[in-house]
This record gives sequence, structure tokens and C-alpha cells, in this order.
Amino acid sequence: MSARPLLLGCVALAGCGGARNQSALAPEGPVAGEVASLWWFALAVATAVYLATVGALAWAAWRARRRAARGEATDPARDHRRMTVAVSVGGALTVVILLGFFVRDLAAARALRIPVTRDHVKIRVTGHQWWWSIEYPHPDPSQRVTDANELHVPTGIPVLVEVTSHDVIHSLWAPNLAGKKDLIPRYVDTLWFQVDRPGVYGAQCAEFCGHQHAKMALPVVAHAPRDYAGWLARARRPAAEPSDSMARRGREIFLSGPCALCHAITGTPAGSRVGPELTHLASRRTLAAGTLPNGKGNLAAWILDPQRIKPGTAMPATALPPADLEALLAYLGGLQ
Amino acid sequence: MSSRCGSARGSVLLAAAVLLAGCDREQRRFSEAPPSASPSEIVRVSALQPGPAIIASSSSNRYDGNAYAISQGQRLYTWFNCAGCHANGGGGMGPPLMDTTWIYGSAPAQIYRSIVEGRPNGMPSWGGRIPNEQVWMLVAYVRSMAGLTPADARSSRPDHMMALPGSQILVEPQR
Repeated sequence: MSARPLLLGCVALAGCGGARNQSALAPEGPVAGEVASLWWFALAVATAVYLATVGALAWAAWRARRRAARGEATDPARDHRRMTVAVSVGGALTVVILLGFFVRDLAAARALRIPVTRDHVKIRVTGHQWWWSIEYPHPDPSQRVTDANELHVPTGIPVLVEVTSHDVIHSLWAPNLAGKKDLIPRYVDTLWFQVDRPGVYGAQCAEFCGHQHAKMALPVVAHAPRDYAGWLARARRPAAEPSDSMARRGREIFLSGPCALCHAITGTPAGSRVGPELTHLASRRTLAAGTLPNGKGNLAAWILDPQRIKPGTAMPATALPPADLEALLAYLGGLQ
Repeated sequence: MSSRCGSARGSVLLAAAVLLAGCDREQRRFSEAPPSASPSEIVRVSALQPGPAIIASSSSNRYDGNAYAISQGQRLYTWFNCAGCHANGGGGMGPPLMDTTWIYGSAPAQIYRSIVEGRPNGMPSWGGRIPNEQVWMLVAYVRSMAGLTPADARSSRPDHMMALPGSQILVEPQR
């Protein structure tokens, strides 16, 4: 026996490993748990049906060969009768199994109803080509937070995510937390989930939305409730004041150049909502919607030539002299 | 028989070649040097000239017939709030852009200058704020509203003016 099929099998299985923080088979809350149990139920039933069907086929073939070998006479009328019974039983069983799926599916849908009556947290996510704008609403406008490309949620409480889109149809999918929900322009839909354990989970746009659909990821950071309150309090603060003259010069460059035409930094005159909010840019894990790990070098590369990293993005290349770039990076790096 | 078969194969190949030629869409250039950083020749924005009149600048915008660049210009037009004064081309606080008679000229270089330098009585100067290639995209879009660019590259009306997303039915005017 050749080793090749074995090797191929190993490669295929290795693909199942995947990232645990972006897998529908590693549920981290009741919603994803319900979806995962529905999937395991379907897999078990389908496996049983498959084995029974293939087993019956093998048994029929084996019996026919044995009969032929023994030279037994066939009785067409009896065979026809038996065939009728077998097909009827098979059809009835199929209907029963499908009904079973139907009931199981209804039960799952019932368990996944949006828990508006329970205590919950509401967050609004808007899809853009190709980034996410996140709003944390509050009755007091001064307490509202607008952020981008990183979703922060508390654990142990239902999170209602109101989703919509600014341009084309996107879809939000955090496999560990919930199923997909499409983001449709001018239409607000609600997705909900609850996270059991603090951690960082991967989410991704799951509806093809243009050139950079693949580079439209969204890290979901789940905090324990007290940490979440602390995070929200930090997020509500205006941007950090530049600490030295270099960073102050960076702020001047930001405000006087093309940056301020699209990006907002709370506490400065920059208030445009065309591009992602940058008030707490330095505290984010990634740049450009999960495209690059956040860091000084990557940020410099992104500012100078974003089209090389994410061709088609709305961010234009910005030619800056090295000293100005250094100052701008010092300012942006201080926006904790 | 074989010659008929050969001619049939030939016509199939020809049809395939014709179909494939349709696949050659326009180029979407994501990173490139702007068509020209700024117009180098003298850009006249007034019809009044001493001596014999010199015909307006002939320099063209490389984005003029490019549907992608024009649609990008349309997005920028909203994002940078051109609509705040010029509305969707019909004008408001600022002059309309749907006609072809413009105070400071409707040639690409003249519009470029108007955007970058600003104009008296309200038009802000956008130089140093909007990168050059985006100014040229805006120029292409503004000219497309006036019908000055090839019709096949023009974009449709913006979605927010439509009764439903993606439809071609305008919102009913408020009475």
C-alpha cells in the first residue's frame, strides 16, 4: 500500500486543527453552543443514515452474489413485494428523520431568540469597505464611544449587536460566538451572543464585498464585567495629549495634512467619520481591520503606501519627509 | 467533411476570441503616480485676455474615461462634503455643477486649480488636504456630472437619492 493516501489524509486532517479562536466547533457561549450542538446532531444523524444505507447496499449485493453462487431460483413476485415494503419503510423513515431535524431546528431557533427582556449590552457595528465602525451607545451623548476595527464585549451577559452597512452588503461572523449576520445598507438587524470566558476571538466579514474582503477581520475582545467597565471608561476619555515636542509636531502634521480630512481624534478639531476613528489607535491589536499587527514599523508602512498592503483601500498614499513621518508616528504611538 | 469540421472549429475559436476580448475591462490602478502632480502650463480661468484669445488649456485628465476613478470621485464628493454647497450637482450655496458654463472654466486643469486653490466667495482651498490623485478623481466625477466625460464611464446616481438601495427610483420629493 502506498503512503500517498495516508499522507493526503494527514494533510486534510491537519486542516481541521485551525485556529481555536476562530472556529464554530469551539463554542464559547450559549448561542454558538446551540449552533454547534445542532451541527453535531446533524452530523450524527447523517453519519448513521449514511452507514445504514451503505450497509444495506453492501448486504444486498453480498446476498445476491451468494444466491447466484448457490443457484437458487428467484421469485419475481416475492421480490417485488419485498421491494415495495423496503422502499415504503425507507421513505417513512426519511420523513421521520426530516421531521426530527425540523423539531430540533425549531428548538434551536427558540433558544436563540433575541433576549430583549433580559439585562443586556447593546453595541452598533457598521460595515465599510473594508473596515468596521463600532459604536457603544449611551443615553448621555458625552458618554457615547465610537471606535473601529476591534469589538469589546463583557462576558456573562447577552450582547446585542445592531449591524448595518455604510456601502455594500457585508456579513459579521465570529464563529466561536454566534452564526453569521448580514450587514445590509439602510437596514438595521440584530445579532446576539453571550461570551462565557474572557479572551480574544476572531471575526471576519463573511460576505464577499470587494477587493479586500479577505482583509476585513475584527478581533472580538471579551472582558470580565469589571474589566469591561474599566475599558469603557478609558475609551470614553479624549485622546491623550502629546507628551513631548516631537509628538506635538506630529499632531500639527496630522491636523494640517490630509489625515484629518478622513479620521477623527476626540479632543482635537479632527472629527471626520470617513475613515476609522483613531482616538485610541495605539491600544488596538491590529491595523487596517486585522491586516497587520499594530506596531510602529507597520504603521509607517501603512501611512506611506497603503495601496501596497491593501490594494483598493480608500486610504491614499501619503508622501511625508522622514522627519515628519517620525513625528506623526510619535503622536499616533501615544494615542493609548 | 473534414474541411466543414475545420471551418466549424474555426468559427467556434473565433467566437471564443470575440467573447474573450470582452473580458478586457478598463484598468483599475490602485497605486500610481498621479496623472500629473499639477498642471504645469498656465491655466487661464478667465475668458478676458489681452491680445488675441488663447484657446483654453488642452491638458486632459487621465481619469476622464475611467469608470472606477469616476465612481471613486463620486464617493469622495460626498465624503469631503462637496455636496454641502454644490448639492448633488444642482447647486445650493455654491454654483451648480450639472451645467457646462462655469465661472472659472470647465477644463480638467481649470477645475483642478479651482479645487486646489479655492475660489473667492466660499470655495475653500483643498490643496495639501486632498492628495493629488484624489483631486483628479474629483475632477473626473465633477466633469461627468456635466456630461463632459464619455457616457459609458459615468456612474449612476448615489444610492442615498434612491427610494430603495440599488434601485433607480428617485425618492419622492417632500411636499
